[in-house]
Amino acid sequence: MTYSGSRMLLSSEREGQVSRFNVWVTILVPLLALLFQIYVPLFFRFLNFLEMPLLVVVYLALMRRNPVSGLLIGAAVGLAQDCWSKNPLGMFGITKTLVGYFAASIGMKLDVDNVLIRFLLAFFFYVFHQSFYWVLEHALLSQQSPFDVTGWLGLGVLNALVGAALFHFLDKLRITA
Amino acid sequence: MESFLNRYRNITVLLLVIFAQLILLAVQVKNDQHVRFIRVWSVTAVSPLARLVEGMRGSSLSFVHNYIALHDADAQNRRLQAEVDRLKLELIFANNELNTADRAKALQLFQQRGPSKTLAATVFSTGIGPGKVVYVDRGSASGVMREMAVITPDGIVGKVSEVYPTASQVLLITDSDFAAGVVSAKTHVHGTLKGGTPLCKVDFVAFEDKVEPGDWFYTSGDDRIFPRGMPVGVVKSVRPGQPYKEITLDPSGMARGSPDDVLIVLEGVHQEIPDTPPANQQVYMAPLPPPLTPPAGTADTAATAAADGSTSPVAARPPLGTEADKERALYQKAADGSGIVLGGGTTGEEGSGRPPDFTKLPVDPRSALQGRGAAPPLAAPMPKKGTGSPTPAKGTGPADLKTTPDAVRRANQAAGGPGGMPQP
Repeated sequence: MTYSGSRMLLSSEREGQVSRFNVWVTILVPLLALLFQIYVPLFFRFLNFLEMPLLVVVYLALMRRNPVSGLLIGAAVGLAQDCWSKNPLGMFGITKTLVGYFAASIGMKLDVDNVLIRFLLAFFFYVFHQSFYWVLEHALLSQQSPFDVTGWLGLGVLNALVGAALFHFLDKLRITA
Repeated sequence: MESFLNRYRNITVLLLVIFAQLILLAVQVKNDQHVRFIRVWSVTAVSPLARLVEGMRGSSLSFVHNYIALHDADAQNRRLQAEVDRLKLELIFANNELNTADRAKALQLFQQRGPSKTLAATVFSTGIGPGKVVYVDRGSASGVMREMAVITPDGIVGKVSEVYPTASQVLLITDSDFAAGVVSAKTHVHGTLKGGTPLCKVDFVAFEDKVEPGDWFYTSGDDRIFPRGMPVGVVKSVRPGQPYKEITLDPSGMARGSPDDVLIVLEGVHQEIPDTPPANQQVYMAPLPPPLTPPAGTADTAATAAADGSTSPVAARPPLGTEADKERALYQKAADGSGIVLGGGTTGEEGSGRPPDFTKLPVDPRSALQGRGAAPPLAAPMPKKGTGSPTPAKGTGPADLKTTPDAVRRANQAAGGPGGMPQP
């Protein structure tokens, strides 16, 4: 049994290996995720449920295991996403900043190479992202969007499935020591 | 202090970033306007990429359709050739339909015929988040401004909500924030259209005003965005309410889903509210065909025949129309020769004159019409009784008959039929 398969919790923060990425990966992957989000649903409407920028933020934050780096990536991707939204700037930014921070913090405690952990984290952060965005909409913008927990849970599973596959693909872009 | 910051570095940075974004958000909400430059950077950075991807997609599809899919063209060609007779008419119809249904042509036609000055644009991306927005590939560089109307020939689609140098954000009619002034075509009742998915609502229509399902609503021009007279949609349901009716409306501009190509109204011109619903499709009408010119040999023959007085050139050339038309032309010719107007009065009536002499008809009407030589006699001879043989009696065969109606009648009487009609 491999190390990843045998344990899910790390005994210390030093035990987790910090992944490194090329600068172009850190820039291009979120950009492509954003492009996917604005372009692909134009032709495949059913793919609208995917939150590719969120999945990319979760992945980069988990793998870098640095809360500051995670929250900055989250803020940048979120603000870029806000630019393509009709809502004011900062809604996605704040949400993804928190996602990036928490993902990086959790990434220090868990074995993020484990597929099950990745699936659960993607699911959790999707539901967190949607619910926190809903709270912001209500609290800051007074918008009356529906509180659709069932929908979020279902879409969370689908996003987690796609996320697990996407993380596997993004692993190929890591710089190995 | 420094050690404190070092110890709580992560949470401090988090709070700073969140606080900064909250300030940003608060400024936008308070001023009711977005921070423009960040959006301009982002949209300007991503829109060329999106357009590039869109171009690559179009080229790839074209390549796949034009080259890779050719491997079965041979089989397809054989199959099509086997069915070509049956498919010819369908192809003509399909081509006509394609011609008229082609989006670009339809837009161009609409653009030329509409009084408003418009600019064609292509939707290249959709918005992110809960709102119904799309992005089009025309921006301030093309003269687009905020609050300009976005339409298609089917109806209004939305309005420009943000403008960037190379792109614009369009708030669709299905967004809950969308609103426009509308007026019903039938009763000229004014209301306010509110966006919704999939049906929109018409608010502020008093309960005593008469609006029924099936009524068309047009833009009223009151909002100073949409010129008056643009189709908006058809009423789906009307429910009584106090003080206003609850009216749902199916937007005609989104009847085919989110459009790919739109027109941005640069300078709107108000029009009258039409009484009839807008036509769904333009109808293509081909130009008149050129007059028929007979081949050289045929013309000579016809001229010679006319000179001989045997057959007129008109009779030598097959007329267009149904068989009934041809027969009518034939009898008209006989009547013209007698100076009688067909249909000019009841036969036998005083002053109406005598009936035309139809015995002066050409020897073989069909051959005269079609120029194919001798045709069978008008009435076929009866076979001999008991034999069932189709052999005609002597003297009644086609070659022996003088092919006038009298001769035919006599031949039939000889075969046993009274009145010249064949007897069963």
